[in-house]
Amino acid sequence: MTTRRLPALAAALALVAAACANPPATTAPSATSAPPAQSGAPTTEPSASAAPSTGYAELDAALAGEYAGADVTILSQWIEGEGEAFDDSLQEFRDATGINLDHEGISNYETVLGVRVEGGDAPDIAQIAQPGTMQSYQADGKLVDLSSILDTSRISTDFNPSLVDLATVDGKLYGLFYKQDLKSIVWYPVQAFEAKGYTVPTTWDELVALSDRIVADGSSPWCTTIEHGDASGWVATDWLEDILLRTAPLETYDKWIAHEVPFNDPAVVNAANLMAEMWFKDGYTFGGSERINGTWVGDSQSPMFDPAGPKCWLHKQAAWIPDFWPKDGDGNPQFTPGEDSAFFYFPEIDPQYGKPVLGGGDMFVVFNDRPEVRAAIQWLSTVDAVDHRVEAGGFLAANNSVPAELYKVYPQSGLAEIARNATALRFDASDSMPKEVGAGSFWKGMVKWVAQNGDGTQAILDEIEASWP
Amino acid sequence: MSAGVPAVAAVRPGRRQRTSLLGFVSVRVAITAIAVLWTVPTAGLLVSSFRSNADIRATGWWEALLHPFELTTWTLTNYGQVLAADGLAGAFVNSLVVTIPATAIPITMAAFAAYAFAWMRFPGRSLLFALIVALLVVPLQMSLVPVLRMFTATDLNGTFLGIWLAHTGFGLPLAVYLLYNYISQLPGELMESASIDGASHFAIFRRIVVPLSVPALASFAIFQFLWVWNDLLIALVYLGTDSTVAVLPARLRELVGTKGESWHLLTAAAFVTMVVPFAVFLLLQRYFVRGLIAGSVKG
Amino acid sequence: MTTAPLTRRPDPVGALVRVAPLAAALVGLWLIVLGLDVLRDPLGADRVWASLYDVLGQSATADAIRERGLDAVQAKLTTLVVGVVVGVGGIWLVYVGLNAVADLLPRRLAGAVRPWLFVGPAAAMVAVFLVVPAIVTIWSSLSAEGGIAETYGALAEDPEMWVAVRNNVLWLVLGTGGSVGIGLLIATLVDRVKREALAKTFIFLPLAISMAGAAVIWRFVYAWVPESEPQIGILNAIWTALGNEPVAWLQAPPLNTFALIVIMVWLQTGFAMVVLSAALKGVPNEIIEAARIDGATERQLFFAVIVPMIKGTILAVATTIAIAILKVFDIVYVTTGGKFETEVLANRMFTELFTFRNFERASAIAVVLFLAVTPIIAINVRDLRRRRVGP
Repeated sequence: MTTRRLPALAAALALVAAACANPPATTAPSATSAPPAQSGAPTTEPSASAAPSTGYAELDAALAGEYAGADVTILSQWIEGEGEAFDDSLQEFRDATGINLDHEGISNYETVLGVRVEGGDAPDIAQIAQPGTMQSYQADGKLVDLSSILDTSRISTDFNPSLVDLATVDGKLYGLFYKQDLKSIVWYPVQAFEAKGYTVPTTWDELVALSDRIVADGSSPWCTTIEHGDASGWVATDWLEDILLRTAPLETYDKWIAHEVPFNDPAVVNAANLMAEMWFKDGYTFGGSERINGTWVGDSQSPMFDPAGPKCWLHKQAAWIPDFWPKDGDGNPQFTPGEDSAFFYFPEIDPQYGKPVLGGGDMFVVFNDRPEVRAAIQWLSTVDAVDHRVEAGGFLAANNSVPAELYKVYPQSGLAEIARNATALRFDASDSMPKEVGAGSFWKGMVKWVAQNGDGTQAILDEIEASWP
Repeated sequence: MSAGVPAVAAVRPGRRQRTSLLGFVSVRVAITAIAVLWTVPTAGLLVSSFRSNADIRATGWWEALLHPFELTTWTLTNYGQVLAADGLAGAFVNSLVVTIPATAIPITMAAFAAYAFAWMRFPGRSLLFALIVALLVVPLQMSLVPVLRMFTATDLNGTFLGIWLAHTGFGLPLAVYLLYNYISQLPGELMESASIDGASHFAIFRRIVVPLSVPALASFAIFQFLWVWNDLLIALVYLGTDSTVAVLPARLRELVGTKGESWHLLTAAAFVTMVVPFAVFLLLQRYFVRGLIAGSVKG
Repeated sequence: MTTAPLTRRPDPVGALVRVAPLAAALVGLWLIVLGLDVLRDPLGADRVWASLYDVLGQSATADAIRERGLDAVQAKLTTLVVGVVVGVGGIWLVYVGLNAVADLLPRRLAGAVRPWLFVGPAAAMVAVFLVVPAIVTIWSSLSAEGGIAETYGALAEDPEMWVAVRNNVLWLVLGTGGSVGIGLLIATLVDRVKREALAKTFIFLPLAISMAGAAVIWRFVYAWVPESEPQIGILNAIWTALGNEPVAWLQAPPLNTFALIVIMVWLQTGFAMVVLSAALKGVPNEIIEAARIDGATERQLFFAVIVPMIKGTILAVATTIAIAILKVFDIVYVTTGGKFETEVLANRMFTELFTFRNFERASAIAVVLFLAVTPIIAINVRDLRRRRVGP
């Protein structure tokens, strides 16, 4: 029967985790400052035990070739370019240890992972984009506690503390962050922008002034759209969270996620009202509410590249959005990030709350505890696992001990700078809330809000609050 | 394929009587209209598959048809990228290895069962049949996890046998139901006379029921084939994406990218996947034609 | 109904004849076990060819294959042949074998056992793949904390559920009616045209398209773009050409639910058409001609003669489509995800099961779906009872 077909596109439309496409990682040797000595040119056989200790017993044993021939599986949602780049980065480990570290990148990822775990066929290591998902597996007792496998003090110095917190449940570490992504950036068409004499805003008031000026010039400032099939609405939740971070203390944000303050807290209502100003004010968003709800996320920015000149000028979206711009050469204009289009930090609103950054990221969790799996996850926590990808560009490592000079490629070079200047880093709240809210009523409520053109804010926030399980 | 309904008088002799010229014309107009209506959406996909990503997203697909000779608007890039994908040929063969047995096994099982339900007496017949029909509604998502547990325990996970069995189990209720409906309506006199001649149930099934049921078997074969051929979820869960077993939809889905950034490739991919089921339809279509069964039904 | 020879005298030749299929089936089963082993082994194809060459006495070639392996194409094609032979041949052998076993039994016993041999494999498969898993899933959900009352109570209080129920009724009535009605119309009309294959091919086309392809297709139909821009959806292109403002078809309730039902009808009509067309072919010409000679008009002929003759098939098609519609979720899932008041039960279940990992609720929805289908099953069983049972 045809309707029993399952949606191939579902995953294409599924929740977008923070991610970037990558050119294949190079395998060129490079010097690193990391503890293990296994960087450098790939070797074809397990290296001699002369390597200095990594501080991890299993990883040392693996590097000495003790587990050569063992199999370790990693399951992720990274496919094609990104999957290959990740797969290539694992080659170094395979060469050094002889362990067959097999990466499988699949579509319909969340469904398949859930089914495999429940079905007793869990991968050894799995990538997870949402802390909420990790917590759900942890609550079911499926995850291996990493506190005993990894050196937690080393982890908390190498990684941003807020990421470590997110991966920790009841004082035990269950996830190892691998890559991160920053959402608090706004893309704009550099050349046209400068030609018009516009300047990059650094405060909310400047952002409003710039928007007004663009409207007065007969154009629309914002390119925002949120249609993404099953996952429609997540762009709006990012916005609301970013504004909340800038208008309320961090504790409010954290308590909001934990539901220690209600979802419809006055601080959230205030943030929504500010957001409505940018979204629903007449002429502010290109195409109005109908386009916001009706246009696919990947097409949000298209009017910015109109041959006749930008029809919208600002697009708040994470660093992977250039993947959606035209890049094939057959007669289409090409848009090079960093040349035709650049980004600025989504400005602060109230100086007392500083310059926070909203981020996302991917972590690894471990389902099966075997020595070779321990070695693999230990290796993944080192700079060695990511240095080549950082250098190749298109990748922002969660590991902060990666030397800053390795970030040479735009836009990650700019992102790394924003990350350094940030006063705080917070993870996407909707990813950490219970799925019924974070991937359910929150998205749905935002879509409804847009359909009402920003009316009934309080009622919608009340509805979402009522849906909290 | 490209022409509409042919202009030559095209009424089958058996049913022509009393059909007025007006009725004849209106029938053909109606058919043509419906066929066009049904094809327009697909035509949009076909045209789009020859356009660049930027064009697809900027203007309507009919624009390309309005200016067919502006050759720059046409491109083979989408097909080039899809066909050049690594492992596509292997995935194609894997899809055949999965699909052919996963179509043949449920049909065989269902035909035997449908014959028994229709022409054999045994206690619990109605109840069992009702149960199987009721199972039509069980969403297969309910079964994914328990079946995977069973496959893991029996080492069937990631094997062709496992996925054949899974597709058989999930497809059987519909197969039994549809084939029962056909087989139960075959003329009883045929079975009776064969039975009097001393033929066993097995012989009746093989020599009378199967040949007479070809249209129904062909109909179901097409649907099961299509469903298995286009299935992604079951293949991902029970077979995985290892290149030795990965099927075509799984491979093509990877081309589209994590976030769907290359969904224009789906346009070309959709047509690449369609080739085989479409050929199967054309191949089996002649079995739907009256003449084949008419003679035998009427003895 | 007699299944054994009428004579009961000792008959060695007859016994041999009866045992032969059993022996053949056993040999076949052994070959199938071998074949499955080959399919499991990544180097299986190489082994097949190597042993083949060994049997032919060309051990040098065999060794070369064992050492270097086959080329990829040959290996894949071998896998294909082994797979098809094992899968297709194997299932037939199972029945030949089972039947041969029954033939060895005393006549009375064989008669009682044989129906179960015919039904048994299908029933066993269905039990293993659907019945037991569904019971396991539902049972585990019911025994979870909170219990039945709370799970179903929360379900009943969820306003989304009632939207889903309302939409499911719409889907059921319009989707089933539309697909079967249009399918029957086309099947009837096409039956009168000589080049029917051509028209059928066009209607059938949507069935061959994967869901991913269908999602893209309907994106090109329903797409919405601001009035100032060129429309890329054909529906809005026509609509705006008529002087109207573009409509966001998938966002405005209740229009959007109808727009989604249209996709379903588009997909399912081909199915209805093919099956109904096959049934129409089964209506004997003599009956139609007799009715014509009796002076029946075309309309009378259709409603009084043809429809009653194929009503079993119409019921079957309607049942199939109705059940498919109750389970419909992928159309909703890939287009609106149930937002804008387009929620349906099956999509709700999928979301609860895989997105929220809320197994109790998902199972509860499955039970609701199961209950919803009971009337349809009742109709079918009554129909089964009414029919004459075989010899």
